[in-house]
Amino acid sequence: MTLDTPPKLACPDQLELNGGHPTLMGSRCRNCGEVYFPASQGCTRCCAIDMEPFTLGSEGLLWSWTIQGFQPKTPYNGGESEADFKPYGVGYVEMPSGVKVESRLTVADPAALRIGMPMVLTLEAYRQVPGEAPVFTYAFAPAA
Amino acid sequence: MDNEVAIIGVGLHPFGRTDGLSGQQQGAYALREALKDAGVEWKQVGVAYGGSQDGGNADALSNHLGLTGIPFVNVANGCATGGSALASVIAAIQSGMAEIGVAVGFDKHPRGAFNPRPKDWGLEDWYGETGLMLTTQFFALKTQRYMFEHGITDDALVRIAQRAFRNGALTPHAWRRRELSYEEIAESMPVNLPLRKYMFCNPAEGGAALVLCSAKHARKFTANPVIVKAAVMRTRHHGSFEVFNPGLAAQQSPAPTVMASRAAFELAGVGPGDIDVIQLQDTDSGSELIHIAENGFCEHGEQEHLLRSGATEINGRLPINTDGGCLANGEPVGASGLRQVIEICTQLRGQAGQRQVADTPRLGYTHVYGAPGVSAVTILQAG
Ligand SMILES: [Zn+2]
Repeated sequence: MTLDTPPKLACPDQLELNGGHPTLMGSRCRNCGEVYFPASQGCTRCCAIDMEPFTLGSEGLLWSWTIQGFQPKTPYNGGESEADFKPYGVGYVEMPSGVKVESRLTVADPAALRIGMPMVLTLEAYRQVPGEAPVFTYAFAPAA
Repeated sequence: MDNEVAIIGVGLHPFGRTDGLSGQQQGAYALREALKDAGVEWKQVGVAYGGSQDGGNADALSNHLGLTGIPFVNVANGCATGGSALASVIAAIQSGMAEIGVAVGFDKHPRGAFNPRPKDWGLEDWYGETGLMLTTQFFALKTQRYMFEHGITDDALVRIAQRAFRNGALTPHAWRRRELSYEEIAESMPVNLPLRKYMFCNPAEGGAALVLCSAKHARKFTANPVIVKAAVMRTRHHGSFEVFNPGLAAQQSPAPTVMASRAAFELAGVGPGDIDVIQLQDTDSGSELIHIAENGFCEHGEQEHLLRSGATEINGRLPINTDGGCLANGEPVGASGLRQVIEICTQLRGQAGQRQVADTPRLGYTHVYGAPGVSAVTILQAG
């Protein structure tokens, strides 16, 4: 995807945009190598607190999924009316490091989702309120 | 063991919706019922542990029952609040701190799903704002993965809910007392697939209380004490699949339920095959599905066969949630774990009426599980 102006992001610290090819950022324990998303201050596996930034990448395999069938209460701020709410997909995507990242999915059709299918990272305007710049978050789409 | 602890009284304020009563009033009602059942006066109680998520402080119950100066500890462990309170009272009695103790839980939640705040969980706002912070989503994602790994179909989810409402219809104090057909459940609104409307419990209201004392004195108070053979609480390890996790570890590790269950069986010196009547946390069909195996009552993947065979019905080999569980009773978080213990006590005393498990059950089992990865298990024996 290409964007004329830098998009307004819900979670700028979790992403590197790389000119329209977003990548997820996490951290890795310098002591035991365990990888975290989002970046963690300490390692719950070995109890060390020596972490380094780690690039998780932008491709993975669908590990589990559901369809969010009702409009969440706050703190959700999608901004649409209840009548305009459209169910959205949510899943965990297993990244090459083995970490599973929870994410919105660009599809909400059970027939189009299958555990193990390849997924690719994109940006999704989850909040579109008239008179405001849309707010984007990361989402995974089925790989073409 | 010569320092075993016994349950000598149980009390419940029916779960559901009671518009005229606060959560604390429902807790006080349950506590009075438990004291009456034990033949004990509030003045004789030496220690109390209690909790509530949305109903206010448990120690405020002293304002209802009397200000006797006892240590009254407020417990806040989410769905495991009741289990934690119970384990604490038992430890207090075993330590000699008090002769008689009470565990009490109550709640009164706003209608609809819980809406947690990210900061309370150490999470950033975006996680909630972008629509990822929902307990129903978590249960669905965990269930979906579990069913994939163990070859289980939606049929198992429907049967669990169907049995819960069938048992709820036999339980005078249950909230949901209407049996639902297979189709009604299977075709109900998709909340978070694979989980549908009638596969989820609702938050609700209610109160539950227990009176306990040293087992060696129990018969002074009651003809039918229930001995606590084990009461164990455990929290998660790294790699456990728990609620509100933007990322899961590369390697999965056993759930806190597995740890609590193993420790409880070891303490009690019995195995899953010895248990006559069972309560498992069933905030949703998927959770109960997973918990049947995590607590050792079958291998992972055997549940679907078990459910179809009728083994988990009241007249089956492994009667589960004989009062309809959370699905039929709702989940007032502070009270829910103690409601389970009360149902097992009722079964072991042979007082469960239409839903009574036959052939005088001797050993019962309770299990709660909740955020952020806490589990509590008890093993109870007719005294
Ligand atoms: Zn580490």
